[in-house]
Amino acid sequence: MSLQAPLARMRGLGSAGNGVHHWWVQRLTAVALVPLAIWLLVSLVTLPSLDFVTLASWIGGTWTATLLTLFVITASWHSSLGMQVIIEDYVHDQGLKTVTLVLSGFVHVILALLGIFAVLRIAFGSPL
Amino acid sequence: MRARPLSPHLSIYRMSRYCLLTSFANRITGMVLSAGLLLLIYWLTALARGARAYARAQQVLGSDVAKLVYVALIAAFAYHLAAGVRHLIWDTGRGMEKAQSQRSAWMVIAGAAVLTLGCAWWALRARGGL
Repeated sequence: MSLQAPLARMRGLGSAGNGVHHWWVQRLTAVALVPLAIWLLVSLVTLPSLDFVTLASWIGGTWTATLLTLFVITASWHSSLGMQVIIEDYVHDQGLKTVTLVLSGFVHVILALLGIFAVLRIAFGSPL
Repeated sequence: MRARPLSPHLSIYRMSRYCLLTSFANRITGMVLSAGLLLLIYWLTALARGARAYARAQQVLGSDVAKLVYVALIAAFAYHLAAGVRHLIWDTGRGMEKAQSQRSAWMVIAGAAVLTLGCAWWALRARGGL
């Protein structure tokens, strides 16, 4: 017999063992991505040119570097959560499912780190 | 061992065409945008490696095929954005009635179409077209 109140139990875990965490982070990243993605799209269209010098000095700006890093992190996270759900739903073989989930997670972490490192390297001035 | 009861899956739900289509399209466009993330990271790493590496990458990123990919990404983003906002409204408990969700399905499709046409036209005009 559990001494937990039903509401506390429902808030706590559920069958997956981690409650609404996945759902909540997916929503949180989604909300954050609305302004971030629109900002990136508008910037890429309205920048005077897409040549190296223009882009390097644009990304070198404090705000751009910050927002771009934030975008890379948030988009990778959101993508990782989304791909996880799709894999869980459509890959039925248990072994293959685990392997695919692990691979997808690894790839997303690598993508995020590559993106962050690239932005910082451009912002701090890469050797030409 | 007796077969364990499963929660109803796609084959059991009797969904309206719109409901099924919009849910499925949200996943497809999400996967397309994941591929777009791959492209964004490629672009950033090329920039980080310097002017010469970026010039090489530009041969791929500036090609006509790439421009078609950008239009596809804009369309996927427009749809995923509209459908995502619909989901966020659902999360507040609103708009769950059958008639409401069918209406919002149409609004998502129409909104995404308008957004796609507008953005693609604007982007292609600003960036020198196809």
